Amino acid sequence: MHPEDLAEKAAQFRAEDAAIKREVRVCMAASCQSSGAAPVLEALTQLCGDGGGTCRVKGVGCMGLCSAGPLVAVADKDCDLADSVLYRDVMPTDAPDIMRSVCGAPVERLRCPTDQPFFARQQRIVLENCGIIDPDSFKSYVAVGGYAALVKALSEMTPAEVLREVTTSGLRGRGGGGYPTGLKWSTVAKTPGAQKYVICNADEGDPGAFMDRAVLESDPHRVLEGMAIAGYAIGANKAYVYVRAEYPLAVERLQTALRKARGAGFLGNRVADTQFSFEVEIRLGAGAFVCGEETALMASIEGLRGQPRPRPPYPAESGLWGCPTLINNVESFANIAPIIRNGGDWFAGIGTEKSKGTKVFALAGKIQNTGLIEVPMGTSLRDIIEVIGGGIPDGKTFKAVQTGGPSGGCIPEQHLDIGVDYDSLKTLGTIMGSGGMIVMDDTSCMVDVARYFMEFCMTESCGKCIPCRAGTQQMHGLLDKIANGQGTAADLALLEELCEVVQATSLCGLGQTAPNPVLSTLRYFRDEYEAKLADG
Amino acid sequence: MAQPATPTVRVVTLRIDDHDLSAREDETIIEVCREHHIPIPSLCHLDGLSVWGGCRLCMVELEGQSRLYAACSTRVAEGMRIQTQSDRLRRYRHTILELLFAERNHVCSVCVSNGHCELQWLAQKCGVDHVRIPYRHVAYPVDSSHEMFRLDHNRCILCTRCVRVCDEIEGAHTWDVMNRGTDCRVISDLAQPWGNSDTCTSCGKCVQVCPTGALVKQGTSVGEMVKDQHFLPILARRRHLS
Repeated sequence: MHPEDLAEKAAQFRAEDAAIKREVRVCMAASCQSSGAAPVLEALTQLCGDGGGTCRVKGVGCMGLCSAGPLVAVADKDCDLADSVLYRDVMPTDAPDIMRSVCGAPVERLRCPTDQPFFARQQRIVLENCGIIDPDSFKSYVAVGGYAALVKALSEMTPAEVLREVTTSGLRGRGGGGYPTGLKWSTVAKTPGAQKYVICNADEGDPGAFMDRAVLESDPHRVLEGMAIAGYAIGANKAYVYVRAEYPLAVERLQTALRKARGAGFLGNRVADTQFSFEVEIRLGAGAFVCGEETALMASIEGLRGQPRPRPPYPAESGLWGCPTLINNVESFANIAPIIRNGGDWFAGIGTEKSKGTKVFALAGKIQNTGLIEVPMGTSLRDIIEVIGGGIPDGKTFKAVQTGGPSGGCIPEQHLDIGVDYDSLKTLGTIMGSGGMIVMDDTSCMVDVARYFMEFCMTESCGKCIPCRAGTQQMHGLLDKIANGQGTAADLALLEELCEVVQATSLCGLGQTAPNPVLSTLRYFRDEYEAKLADG
Repeated sequence: MAQPATPTVRVVTLRIDDHDLSAREDETIIEVCREHHIPIPSLCHLDGLSVWGGCRLCMVELEGQSRLYAACSTRVAEGMRIQTQSDRLRRYRHTILELLFAERNHVCSVCVSNGHCELQWLAQKCGVDHVRIPYRHVAYPVDSSHEMFRLDHNRCILCTRCVRVCDEIEGAHTWDVMNRGTDCRVISDLAQPWGNSDTCTSCGKCVQVCPTGALVKQGTSVGEMVKDQHFLPILARRRHLS
């Protein structure tokens, strides 16, 4: 397919509903659905009818401000979120008022200002279509320029040129490790092998993280497009998306997207009428956190027990069924289409020196605006929490923010001015992780926090290696004892020693990073531990 | 003139502790150490079985690298400088052994493997004369349903040697692991009593490779269970040749 043909197709899709002037968009992502978005959509659809041919009601993906859901946006067609009239906490009984406001004055009592920093301070690349297009509609993805990057790559670029753009972009793995994506891609591309695989890791398991879920629920085609571009660049014709089964809505929308992309010739044999073939299958995770670790994930796809194996060999050399395998996270793949569309240099112009582009964060915990945000790398934590996040509710004061889930650590008030990127967070004893941010106020006990994450690691340890299996268990026991006021100075010393051993000797990332929540809380809040010691 | 055959595997030279050695590049560090009688503790590795990398006792230091490497799963490379003994490594090994002793019930004085147990022997070698880590004191079941052998989960360290020998050498795959974390347990078939197993050939290889008193012969008393693992490298070689 020639890029011009696709552009024609997109224009045709846009012309099909040229008569539509105004849209009522109802967020139908998981969190708004859980607060009752489905009946709102139904009530609005019923009232709207055919909308006189100029107005329509549609379900869209995540708009970000989950704490205010269900969210409904009334906007001109093709208008983005910031320029729409947004309504919060909408009930089905509000439908008549909202429908009246489509052509009239906004309903002030439901209004949620879109000029507030939460919306104004974001820069949306990964989330550019989230909350705007209907995730189940192939046409609406193509209408906003979808699959143009894939067609461009297939028809105008060699695989080496695709690799160069991705390398130039400076994109780093968004799953948490921050490994340079371009380097990973070219390693797999250069590894000899007749059969290669692409895997999308959507086994998002960190407590408080829901970035990948939102992307899959709101814009699933974007991930598939990124995967297909990757397949072309590295020479793979088969791919898997490994999604956790706890994301039923994401799985459903992904299945729909797969079906429609296949039907339209953008997946399967002869993608977009070229020699390139690319088949994608979905594999469901059965609830083990460790299956987010790449070697465990691949074992799980192969039908084996989901537990890690020693690396090297890395998946790039010997991955799925021993074949060279590229494995990236959902958000990494979601960044690919814009990089190909706009060029690697454009992407490299955003962010900090060593961390390019934007990052999606899930704000959770004691923060005014819980939800999903996307900001350029280097945005300060203070901006994220106090300005975009709206600060701490109920007049409480900020105590710490936890990043990186059970592999990360807590950052106290004095370090809030640091710009967020992979390296700065590492110097603070935590990690970027996949993007979960849990904010804690002064009522949180940091020993409790450490105990919570240790319990998570203990129950999620696969049991293969001794330090992680027995070590997390013992560390949890010691934390429990200290939290209950029965710990001694000797217990604290033993805890610290176990942290060191487990970190240095565990087989996979789960064990190696399991002590991080303890180490970082000990680093910044040691006095809280000591205050709880029985002999302190 | 005859052309020399192009070698497919190169030979490299490396330094382990104070020894300058040569090795094939497809060998792991632990294989080279075993060949040259350089002691490295390990409870899951066994010559003839696939790499597992679970006990983490064989961690070594590589010069120029801050992180540790498991000798059983790391291939040698040209110019590698390896340190198998250091205060740090000794301390870690000590702690890992303590974790094992505290995890399940390893009371040597009443164990049929007393005196012939790899865990006991390693603990003595590594100077584990007491355990600082709190014992868990959890009772695990004992499976005596097999007419010749017995499985005592209280002594199991989950090294999976039994799982691997049964799958890779005997070809029966009677054993596997169920659950996760500290709830992990070695199971026969789909968690059925061993005596009812349809797949078990009663060959006893699992018993011989078990490093502790978890898999033993019926009718043995304290200290009577002596194991013999000499068959393994021979059978493994035959299997790979055929």
